[in-house]
Amino acid sequence: MGAELGKYKQVVAARSADKEILKGAQDGGIVTSLFAYALDEGIIDGAIVAGSYEDDPNVESTASQNHHWRPKPVVVTTKAELLAARGTKYNISPNVSLIKEATRSYGLDKVGIVGTPCQMQAIRKGQLYPFGWRDVESSIALAVGIFCMENFPYQSILQLVEDHAAMKLESVKKMEIGKGKFWVYGKRGQVVQLPLKVTHKYEQPGCHVCMDYVANLADISTGSVGSPDGWSTVFVRSKIGDSVWAKAMAAGVFETQPIEKVKPGLELVSKLANEKITKNRNTLEARKTFGVGKGLRNPFI
Amino acid sequence: MGLLSSVFKKNVSEAPQKPAAPAKAADVVQKVETTNKEVKPVVDKISVGYTHLSGCTGCTVALADNYGGLLTLLDRYVDLKYHLTLADVRHIQKVDVAIVEGSVCIQDKLAVEEIKETREKAAIVVALGGCACYGNITRFSRGGQQNQPAHESYLPIGDLIKVDVYIPGCAPTPQMIRNVCVMAYLLLKGTKEQKELATKFLTPLMNMAAKGTSACFCELMTEVINQGLCMGCGSCAAACPVRAITMEFGKPNGERDLCIKCGACYSQCPRGFFNTDVVSEYEAINEAIMAALQ
Repeated sequence: MGAELGKYKQVVAARSADKEILKGAQDGGIVTSLFAYALDEGIIDGAIVAGSYEDDPNVESTASQNHHWRPKPVVVTTKAELLAARGTKYNISPNVSLIKEATRSYGLDKVGIVGTPCQMQAIRKGQLYPFGWRDVESSIALAVGIFCMENFPYQSILQLVEDHAAMKLESVKKMEIGKGKFWVYGKRGQVVQLPLKVTHKYEQPGCHVCMDYVANLADISTGSVGSPDGWSTVFVRSKIGDSVWAKAMAAGVFETQPIEKVKPGLELVSKLANEKITKNRNTLEARKTFGVGKGLRNPFI
Repeated sequence: MGLLSSVFKKNVSEAPQKPAAPAKAADVVQKVETTNKEVKPVVDKISVGYTHLSGCTGCTVALADNYGGLLTLLDRYVDLKYHLTLADVRHIQKVDVAIVEGSVCIQDKLAVEEIKETREKAAIVVALGGCACYGNITRFSRGGQQNQPAHESYLPIGDLIKVDVYIPGCAPTPQMIRNVCVMAYLLLKGTKEQKELATKFLTPLMNMAAKGTSACFCELMTEVINQGLCMGCGSCAAACPVRAITMEFGKPNGERDLCIKCGACYSQCPRGFFNTDVVSEYEAINEAIMAALQ
């Protein structure tokens, strides 16, 4: 296990000590608990999270478009708003689009943001090269990354759930990718599973050049892989991450277990990270000779 | 045969231009050392000039908005040789780094002379802001404005001279200007490692300068989405100074009539360029920059 897991100071299996957060959490409720704690302690003034179009009174639902499970980046400043945004939506929430606005219209001096590995890359590029992000760089107080193999456009989720799994999006309670399957849980208790193979053609194309599985550039990154059900694997990466995590642990926000003691453990994280990196490196290679004597652009220099 | 050989020759003559970036850095260092010794007893400073053409002074304000940081820059690292507003000296002198704000009005003889003189007297020319890099809002000029109605054609400086570094954006941010100033200093005066880091940091900005003088929202379409690279992070929407970009179903949607052609969106895009080895060291680099300005 090496570079595929990025730099980190420690890695543990963890879950929230708050039963209310765990009830609606995707796994261990790590992101929600971290932000709730950081809000309480004044480490952040607010956080950019993936909320929902359903909760937006300005968006009208029609028969053809009801916006269920369509994420909308929102700035939250209270625990109640945070709780409303719990859970993974499995389609694109452009959280970074609010990074400047959070410091302007919302007036936040210390911003928390959760995002995929590519969004953490965007954040760090923006801190070193702030072409259009005036006064943003020092306002980013906590960036939490989530593990990500690939993402889906909203229309892909619509098609997977309504056409392949034959369920209405509005009747879905939870979606999950794990154990080699895409799982859709209905509100009435029904469960549909799709083989991951079915989902591949619906993936967002831009994900196929990404070389980061475990959000290497986040302050703290987390995901279900590697830990038992109901728990999350947590990497503490930066100085900021280290300090926030230490304070949260001292305050009893999380229960933890050593990652070496849990199944399936870090080996699985490492295996999946390597799979993603190998697959996407091959994609990048293939892009070089995509045409006849001409290739596609490679953004990584 | 003649055609083929002329194409081949052309390729050959263009070829050495490309790897010029790192090599140029070394040239620059040598030039600087010789000029600086005779000019200034404070050998550690680099000399900087600021040419102000057709720009709104917003870039100057952004530079000044570094507040204490600007004073530290001027105290320790930069000898500001000429600057219309901040130094009250406007005649162009020999400098290590010339920063240019604004585009060139080609009907304005003085402006054309000044940009040429700037190039001739500077080792490095930095285009600061959307107007100098890409024309920006001055692209929309149709002339007819009092008291010089014939001043109607504005060109990005790269159309008239060779530019080394771009800092796009309208206005470019104080933090970006600060980072480039510190890196330019390290490039010219730093240790071997610092020079390497500065070169790596500045390379994407040199590549932008080499790429051309045209920018707009369209590059997000042609260079990112059309190339299968967009992953919907929203960096572009956050960077746009005129809120022309919204994210619709996870992809940027540009109100193209609002776009002022400043180049902020595409340069901010992590799929525009992403230099993994530099950005991965964000913590150390940020700390170094902050320490330099303490």
